[in-house]
Amino acid sequence: MDDFLVFENVSKSFGKVRAAADVSLTIRRGEFFSLLGPSGCGKTTLLRILAGFESPDSGRVLLNGRDITQLAPNERKVNTIFQSYALFPHLTVAQNIAFGPQIAGWPRAQIREEVDKMLHLVQLTDQAHKRPDLLSGGQKQRVAIARALINKPQVLLLDEPLAALDLKLRQRMLIELDLIHDEVGITFVYVTHDQGEAMSLSDRIAVMDKGRIEQIGTPAQIYEAPRTSFVAAFIGDTNFFEGQVVELLGGDYSRLTVEGFPSVECFNDNKLNVGDLVYLSIRPEKFRISRERPEPAPHVNAVQGRVADVIYLGSLTKYWVRVQDYRIAVWRPASRFLLDENPITWNDEVWISWHGDDSFMLERYSESDEKLMEAPPEQVGDPNGHGAAKP
Amino acid sequence: MTPARRARWTEALVTTPSLAWLLVFFVVPTVIIFAITFKPVDLYGGIGKGWTLDTLKSLFNPNYPAIVWRTVWLSLATTAVCLILAVPCGYYVARSSDRWRQMLLLLIILPFWTSFLVRVFAWKVLLHPEGPLKHALAAVGLIGPDTLLLYNEKAILLVMVYTFLPFAILPIYAAAEKFDFRLLEAARDLGARPLRAFWSVFVPGIRRGLLTAVLVVFIPALGSYVIPDIVGGPNSEMIGNKIAQRTFSDRNLPHASGLSAFLTLGVLLPLLLVLALQRKKGEEAPSMQEVS
Repeated sequence: MDDFLVFENVSKSFGKVRAAADVSLTIRRGEFFSLLGPSGCGKTTLLRILAGFESPDSGRVLLNGRDITQLAPNERKVNTIFQSYALFPHLTVAQNIAFGPQIAGWPRAQIREEVDKMLHLVQLTDQAHKRPDLLSGGQKQRVAIARALINKPQVLLLDEPLAALDLKLRQRMLIELDLIHDEVGITFVYVTHDQGEAMSLSDRIAVMDKGRIEQIGTPAQIYEAPRTSFVAAFIGDTNFFEGQVVELLGGDYSRLTVEGFPSVECFNDNKLNVGDLVYLSIRPEKFRISRERPEPAPHVNAVQGRVADVIYLGSLTKYWVRVQDYRIAVWRPASRFLLDENPITWNDEVWISWHGDDSFMLERYSESDEKLMEAPPEQVGDPNGHGAAKP
Repeated sequence: MTPARRARWTEALVTTPSLAWLLVFFVVPTVIIFAITFKPVDLYGGIGKGWTLDTLKSLFNPNYPAIVWRTVWLSLATTAVCLILAVPCGYYVARSSDRWRQMLLLLIILPFWTSFLVRVFAWKVLLHPEGPLKHALAAVGLIGPDTLLLYNEKAILLVMVYTFLPFAILPIYAAAEKFDFRLLEAARDLGARPLRAFWSVFVPGIRRGLLTAVLVVFIPALGSYVIPDIVGGPNSEMIGNKIAQRTFSDRNLPHASGLSAFLTLGVLLPLLLVLALQRKKGEEAPSMQEVS
């Protein structure tokens, strides 16, 4: 596709902290693109470089083929929704929205017309003459959106725009943002630490850690085929096991040993070889859990364990199953048969099984070893009901 | 006692001392000054018996309009120059790192550790026709050998600005410190050049501080008499000098009172107007609390 917005080997350090380490990235026209990562990963720095508030130590930023690296913020056809909204407190809603056009020197009649249009788009027509401090969080958010969009930017930057809102409002604003993106059709670059927001809104996501881009892909690619253990642990929940490849089987499968497990068959898309040290990652919802040993089938792995904890959540039941020294998180969606059987409960002997296609292997380097320490399997299997909390 | 009544009692108890203080040391003296205006002078420079309108008539002295005009424009000019200097200073101090900011604030307050009178005399020495500044400027050729730096209105303006600048910087700094500087980024993001962003977002953002600065500079400037007395010449008198002259040299207390009352009204009326405007806009009156 076209190279609408390009980061070319962008690096930026603040003192000893590397906020961006040789980042290269291409964003397409009209795309909803997210920069996702934990706080301090450099995502906001990239956004500020794009807006012109920071200039990179090295590298270039190209917008529509033009080098904008050295342009001042006011010289870029880029507008930002700030995390704090940054509405001007001394101006009314309508005056806030009119700020950009007034500076650009639009004719008065046109400003009025466009402001009305924007007020209508964000459904604030009846609040037009209020001051921002009288608005609710969601309304302020919408003013910020209108104030940015009225300038018809080529790219709209959103810096954690929903972080200050409560959960209900956040979900509503998610839908509104999505609708607005569809309606105006401009490129959105969205910075967030919330994988839920990124997954539900984005066409593509760049997952960042320590100033580096770990993986770029669609939400499904990032969830189903994470390329690093950091991505696997950061996006969704997963169980990690240390293992070693011992045999390459036909059809892109490999056999590996995991301590305490019988031999495991796993899909091998990362072209790993015999002898390679790996992490085996299995997401909690990929397991099946049963009292009886499942029928043997090709590429299906099964281990026996004992239920250590159960949390019933209605649509979902979370189990933590102890197998040897592992505490394995197993999410089981509710089914209409659940009431019929006698449900699996605490201290039951169970079998958990998964298909080799549903697990993935990640090569284990010394650097990655460090990362596993940050996200050990236990963390995913936190029995306090916070299993979905991010590491 | 009901809680509401007790609250009212507590409130009264707490506010009484300050109200009493204001009454005894501000309201009563002001009323006395206004009253003395309508008293005759006795032979020995005191206040005579009975009431008269003579003083009021004598206030229409043909020399006064020039003095009033000079007082007003010098005070306005002092206020304007102080604001122009104080806004960038306040901005800079508010954006400084914590340690540097402590240093700067200390430097702003430092002059107060020396007596005001001594500092004004220091200016007299600096600006003196035989003083270092005069010689230096004349040597460089910036001024002619006969130019007077002292004893004129410009000298008064200079020393007034010097004196009142800290009073302007402090409230503006206090307002700037509370200002959300991300708003400047937002303005830049929306297309404003740095100066435009400063003017249309920062300046309105600190308007309370600006108003306080105007009041704490303009009002004392109107009443100043030490500065024009020391660095001003015989042709640059301000109202303050006239009041002092009528009190100490002429021993005409009613006339001095009349001038004082005139000055007080001149200050009070604009102030009340500003407060009324503020009230109308639903904003709090500016207060010195912003300085603390």
